[in-house]
Amino acid sequence: MNVELVGLAVAMAAVTYPSRALPLLAPGLDRLPPRALEYLRLVGPAVLAALAASAVLVGRDAAARPTLTVGVELLGVAAAMVMVRWRQNLLLALVVAVGLVAVARAIGIG
Amino acid sequence: MAVTRPDAGSGAIELRASRRRLALDAVGIGASALGFGLVFGLSAREASYSLAEAIAMSVVVFAGASQFAAVGLVAGGVPWPAIALLTGLLNSRHLLYSAALAPWLRDRPPALRAAMAHVLTDESFALSLVHFRRIGRADPTGYWIAAIGAVFIPWNLATIAGYLGGQVVPDPRVLALDVIFPAAMAGLAVGLAGGRREVVAAVVAAAVTVAVGLALEPVVGIVAGGLAGPLAGLAVPRRDRSVPEGDELPADPDRMAALRGRSDDGLAP
Repeated sequence: MNVELVGLAVAMAAVTYPSRALPLLAPGLDRLPPRALEYLRLVGPAVLAALAASAVLVGRDAAARPTLTVGVELLGVAAAMVMVRWRQNLLLALVVAVGLVAVARAIGIG
Repeated sequence: MAVTRPDAGSGAIELRASRRRLALDAVGIGASALGFGLVFGLSAREASYSLAEAIAMSVVVFAGASQFAAVGLVAGGVPWPAIALLTGLLNSRHLLYSAALAPWLRDRPPALRAAMAHVLTDESFALSLVHFRRIGRADPTGYWIAAIGAVFIPWNLATIAGYLGGQVVPDPRVLALDVIFPAAMAGLAVGLAGGRREVVAAVVAAAVTVAVGLALEPVVGIVAGGLAGPLAGLAVPRRDRSVPEGDELPADPDRMAALRGRSDDGLAP
């Protein structure tokens, strides 16, 4: 069995792990000024919104260039947000989003 | 106003309730990980990876976007150093996750934090941060549920199944599984947006992400949005400095105790 790419996996992990670990392992984070801690507190909602926006609004064209995409997925995401706010249940929100998008695609929308 | 701390009994009940909520949320995330793990396994096989190589990617790298990118880059004959460099750029966003979780986990042993870091992903960050904020403190068991139960195990099992299952693997788009990830991230963001600052941070982050992502690259947009959003949030004045907005870091236990009585964090019971 070929294992040559295991070396590549190790190299990829070696460049990924510092991003994951350095802030977690850095000493003195609790001594950051309150404004810095407040900044970190806001990273959560900001990054999650960024991930969602990028996944649903930024696609790629035939030449693999980033392009704005507005499809039925946006409707599914919006429905999930409404469901979370209304029912406070992420699983239910995901079921609604998936169902909505699946039905829309089945009838040729998106 | 005096703040009454929850006693140990109510804290345990609250913890169990939050873990149940976490486990339910994890089901949806796990379904997404299964769907895309299957596709990764199939893609790896079609790119002439051996099974051991596909498993190594999913266990050792454990970062979906860069794993998919590597499949294409390996097939295209791109040199390893270039693939590693791109991987580093793609995964640089984890710095933000790690920094945001660090204040919660600062009292945990370094070895535990080092192990937690390896399984830190978009999904585990989102699920565990919401869980920590619900209960007002870190919960390593909850973190493992999010990171291992919801993502690592489904992703790795699906990698193997996708590799061995070949052509029977469905396209996640057919089942609309591709919408789970953005819907989950957006839903969890709603859950964290308990105050004006969080809302502004999220909206500005989304706008910057799209603008920069279209102008440069999507991953650059995510990092730019993740950095700019909190800055915009900080610019929003608080209505009343004596009342915590949204959720607080555990740096100030009294403010955390006050927060535990709030129910406007979207996902709170």
